[in-house]
Amino acid sequence: MNKPLRRISLFCGLLVLALLIRTNWLQYVQAEELSTRKENRRVQIAQYATERGNIIVQGEPITGSTVTDGSDYKYKRTYKDGALWSPVTGYASQAFGATQLESLEDGILTGNDDRLFFDRTIGMFTGEKKQGGNVVTTLNRAAQQAAFEKLGTKKGAVAAIDPRTGAILALVSTPSYDPSSFAGNSKADEKAWVELKDSEDKKLVNRALRETYPPGSTFKVVTAAAALEHGVVKGIDDPTDTPEPYILPGTKTQLPNSHTGCEKASLNEALRISCNSVFANLGDKVTRDKMVETAEKFGFNNDKIDTPVRAFASVYDKKMGRDGNAQSSIGQFNTAATPLQMAMVTAAIANDGKLMKPYMVDQLTAPNLDIIEKHEPQEMSRPLSADNAQKVQQMMVNVVEKGTGEKARIKGVTVGGKTGTAQHGEGNKKRPYAWFISYAENSDGTSPVAVAVVIEDSEGTARDDISGGGLAAPVAKAVMEAVLNG
Amino acid sequence: MSVVTNTTTIGAIELPSRRNTELLLLAFAVVIPIFAYANVGLAIHGELPPGMFAYGAGFAVLAGIAHFVVRRYAKYADPLLLPLATLLNGLGVVLIWRLDQSERLQNLAKRSFGAFSPSAPNQMLYTALAIALFAAVLLILKDHRVLQRFTYISMAGALVLLILPVVPGLGADVFGAKIWISVGGFSIQPGEFAKIVIAIFFAGYLMVKRDALALASRRFMGLYLPRGRDLGPILMIWAMSLLVLVFENDLGTSLLFFGMFVIMLYVATERTSWIVIGLLMSVGGAVVVASFASHVQARVNAWLDPFGCYTTSGACEQVGQSIMSFGSGGVLGAGWGQGNSDLIGFAANSDFIFSTVGEELGLSGVMAFLLIYGLIIERGVRTALAARDPFGKLFAIGLSGAFALQIFVVAGGVMGLIPLTGMTMPFLASGGSSVLANWILIAVLIRISDTARRPAPAPAPSPDSEMTQVVRPS
Repeated sequence: MNKPLRRISLFCGLLVLALLIRTNWLQYVQAEELSTRKENRRVQIAQYATERGNIIVQGEPITGSTVTDGSDYKYKRTYKDGALWSPVTGYASQAFGATQLESLEDGILTGNDDRLFFDRTIGMFTGEKKQGGNVVTTLNRAAQQAAFEKLGTKKGAVAAIDPRTGAILALVSTPSYDPSSFAGNSKADEKAWVELKDSEDKKLVNRALRETYPPGSTFKVVTAAAALEHGVVKGIDDPTDTPEPYILPGTKTQLPNSHTGCEKASLNEALRISCNSVFANLGDKVTRDKMVETAEKFGFNNDKIDTPVRAFASVYDKKMGRDGNAQSSIGQFNTAATPLQMAMVTAAIANDGKLMKPYMVDQLTAPNLDIIEKHEPQEMSRPLSADNAQKVQQMMVNVVEKGTGEKARIKGVTVGGKTGTAQHGEGNKKRPYAWFISYAENSDGTSPVAVAVVIEDSEGTARDDISGGGLAAPVAKAVMEAVLNG
Repeated sequence: MSVVTNTTTIGAIELPSRRNTELLLLAFAVVIPIFAYANVGLAIHGELPPGMFAYGAGFAVLAGIAHFVVRRYAKYADPLLLPLATLLNGLGVVLIWRLDQSERLQNLAKRSFGAFSPSAPNQMLYTALAIALFAAVLLILKDHRVLQRFTYISMAGALVLLILPVVPGLGADVFGAKIWISVGGFSIQPGEFAKIVIAIFFAGYLMVKRDALALASRRFMGLYLPRGRDLGPILMIWAMSLLVLVFENDLGTSLLFFGMFVIMLYVATERTSWIVIGLLMSVGGAVVVASFASHVQARVNAWLDPFGCYTTSGACEQVGQSIMSFGSGGVLGAGWGQGNSDLIGFAANSDFIFSTVGEELGLSGVMAFLLIYGLIIERGVRTALAARDPFGKLFAIGLSGAFALQIFVVAGGVMGLIPLTGMTMPFLASGGSSVLANWILIAVLIRISDTARRPAPAPAPSPDSEMTQVVRPS
C-alpha cells in the first residue's frame, strides 16, 4: 500500500503548494492593488487615523481636526468658514471621500507622502505620533471674503489672480456648501451629503474652476488682442470698415448692436460701447485659425490647467464655419469659459502680455514647518506683445472711465475692465449671465490683481438690469479694493 | 566460538524515542504564543496584557501534561505532532484574543445580539478540555487496532452525527449553514467529530473489502471498473455527501468526506480508476448541486469576481474583504493587533481567522502557518507509511488526507483560490468542537505512530539458534 501512499503524500504536498502560491500572488503580486482599491476601507481608516495637516491662508489654518468616538475613523475634518473656503479646500469626508486640495495633497496632509519619510522614521524612534504636513495657499482672505459677501445669495463665481505671478487670490463659488456638514460618517452627515448632492443649485460644483459659461462681451478683449497681434488693426483709434447693419458672413442673419454708433467705429470706441458688429467683423478678418491660436495662448482648449486642482477646459471651437467664428468672436456660439479662464485673460493683458501659470499652493510644509516644496511662478505663454497689451489696457481703462464699466471705478486707482452679458439657452430665452473682468494698477504701473466675476440668472433682478456693468462690476470692485488695501 | 554473536534473528533495534526532542520543541511552542500575546497587548493597549504570566504558566502546564502522557503511554510516538499542534492552538488563542479586543467587532456584536462576550476565555477552556481528551485517548486506546471492531458501529455513529443538525429542535441555523446543534446552551459541530468516526468506518470496511474492490473488475477503456455490487457502498457515501450539502448547506463537510473516502479507497485498492471515478462523481455532484442550490451559486459567483458583486451580495463582500485583508498585509504584515481584518465582521474569529493571520503577520506569517500545517500532514502521511497494519495505514492516511483537504478548502476559500465553504481552520479558529476533534485526531495519529515505531518485542529465545554454528571463511 505504500506506493499509493506516496502518491497521496505528493497530492497533499501539491495542495499546500497551491496555497503557498496563492498567498504569494495575493500578498506580493497583488498586494498594492488590493490594499488601495476603492472598496478597501483601510485607505480611509489610515487617512483619518492621525490628525490631518492643515490648509493655510495667510498664516492661519482654515481647516482643523477633531477626535470622534465610536467610529472606524479617529479624526474628523473640521473647517473654519467652510462655505467661504470650500472652492479652495474641497472636502475630506470619512464617508464620501475627498476632492480638490484635500484629495490632491492627501499624502502631505496625512503624512504619508514619500517626502515626509524622514519625519516618519524619526517619529518611529522618538515615539511621536505621525503628523500631517501643511498646505500653504496663495489666497487672500480679504479678497475672498469681499467676493463671497458681495455675491451674497446670488448664484455665481469669482476668480482673482495676481497677474505678476499667477497666484490665485480669490476663488469663490455661490451658493456654496460647508464641508464640515458631511465630514463624518453619521446619519446626519449622510443626510447633509444627499441634500447637497441632489441640490438643484449644484452646490457642490466649484463654479470658479469647474463650470464653463459663454463669456459674452468679455471675450471681446481676446478678439481685440488677436486683431492687434495679427495686424488686422494697426491703431486703436483708426476707424474700421464695419457696416451697419452687419450681416454674419455667409448668412442673411443680422447681428444686432445694443448701442448706436457702431458703424465704422474704432477698436477703442467699439470696446467702450461693446459693439457686436465691430468685433464679429474683426474676428472674421483675423480668421478662425488665428483666433484659435490667440485664444489657445490665453489658455482656451487646454484641459490641463492644474492649479493644482484641475480646471475644466474653456472652449474656442476649432472646426466651426465663418459665421460661427464671427459669433464666437463676441463670446457667443460655442465659446465657453471658466471664471478662472477669464481671470487669466485679464491677468495676461494686465501683465503686459505675459500669462503666468495660475496656482494656489504656495508651499508644502512638513509638520515641523520645514518647507518641502515651494512653487516658483512660471510663465505659461505670451498671447500678445507688451506693446499691444498696453493698447488693450488703455482701451479697458477707457471702458471703466467712460463706458459700460463705470461701477468698477476706484478713486485714485487705474482700473481697466470689460462687461459682458452673455445670452444662453434655446432662442436666448434663459436669463443671461452677467460678466465682469477687470484689473487694477499700482502706482508703479504693475497690476497686483485681475479678477473675473460671473453671475448666473438671479431671481428678483429685472432682465434689463442683468448686465455685467450693473451686477458683476461692484463685486469685482470690492475684490480689487480688498487686494489693494491688503 | 569464543565470540558470541547474535545474527540469527533481527533483534530488537532500539529506536531513539525522541521524547526529549519533543520536549524541546514544545518549549518553543509554548514560548512563541506567549510572546505573541505580549505583542498584541503592547500593540493595542500599550501594556503587557493582564495575567500574561498566569496564562502562560497555565498553557505550559497543559503542554507539560500532554507531553507527560505521551512520554508515559506512547513513548515511541512521532515527536513533531504534539509541538506543532500546541503551537497552532496557542497562536489561535492569541488571534482570538486579539479579535476580542476589536472595538469594531464588539460594537457589531452589541448591535446584533445586544451584548458582546469575548471568545478567548472559552477557547482556553476548550483547549484545556481538549488536552484532557487527548490524554484520555492515549490512556484508553492502547492499540489503534481495537477500533477495527467498531467498523459498522462507527458508520451508524457517523450518520447520526451528520444528521443531528437537521433534527428539528436540536439543530441551529447559524448564518445559513445548518452544521451546529445546541445542547444545554453549548453549540456543537457534530461534523468535526464525524470526520474521525467515519475514518474508522472507512478504514475497517476497506481493509476487509480491498481485495474484492481491487481485483474483481472489468476492463473498460483502459480503466478497471468495479462490479456494480462493489460500487454500492461508494454510491451511498456519495449520496450522503450530497445530502449533507443540500440539507445542511455545508459544502466543505461534504467535500471533505467524499475526498477522504476517495483517498482511502485509492490507497486500499491501488487502482487509479477509483480516483477517476471519484473525481467524476464529485464534479457531477458539484455541478448538479450548484445548478440547483442558490447559496452554492452565490459562493461560486463570489469566488469568480468578488468585486463585481461587492456591494450587492454578502458572500461577495466577505470574500472581497478577506482577500483585501491578505493584500493589505503585504509581505511583512501590519503586525499583531495593528491590522483591520475585523472589517470582515461576522465569523472574523472562526471561518475567517486566517485573514487576520494574512493581514497582521503578512506573507511570511501565512507561509509559516501553511508550512506548519504541511508538516502536520507530512508527519501523518509518514505515520501511515510506517504503520505495519493495513487498518493503521488506512486510518492514518484518512485522517491526514482529511486534514490536508480541510486546510486546502478553508485557506483556499478565504484566499479566494476556491469557492468559500463553511469550515474552520484546525486549531486556529474559535469553536469548541473543532479544537476537541482536532486534538483527538492528533492523539490518534500519535497512537498509530507510536505503534508503528515501537520496537518489536524481543523474540522468545529459541534453543535452536544457540546450536547453529556460524561458519566464517577465514
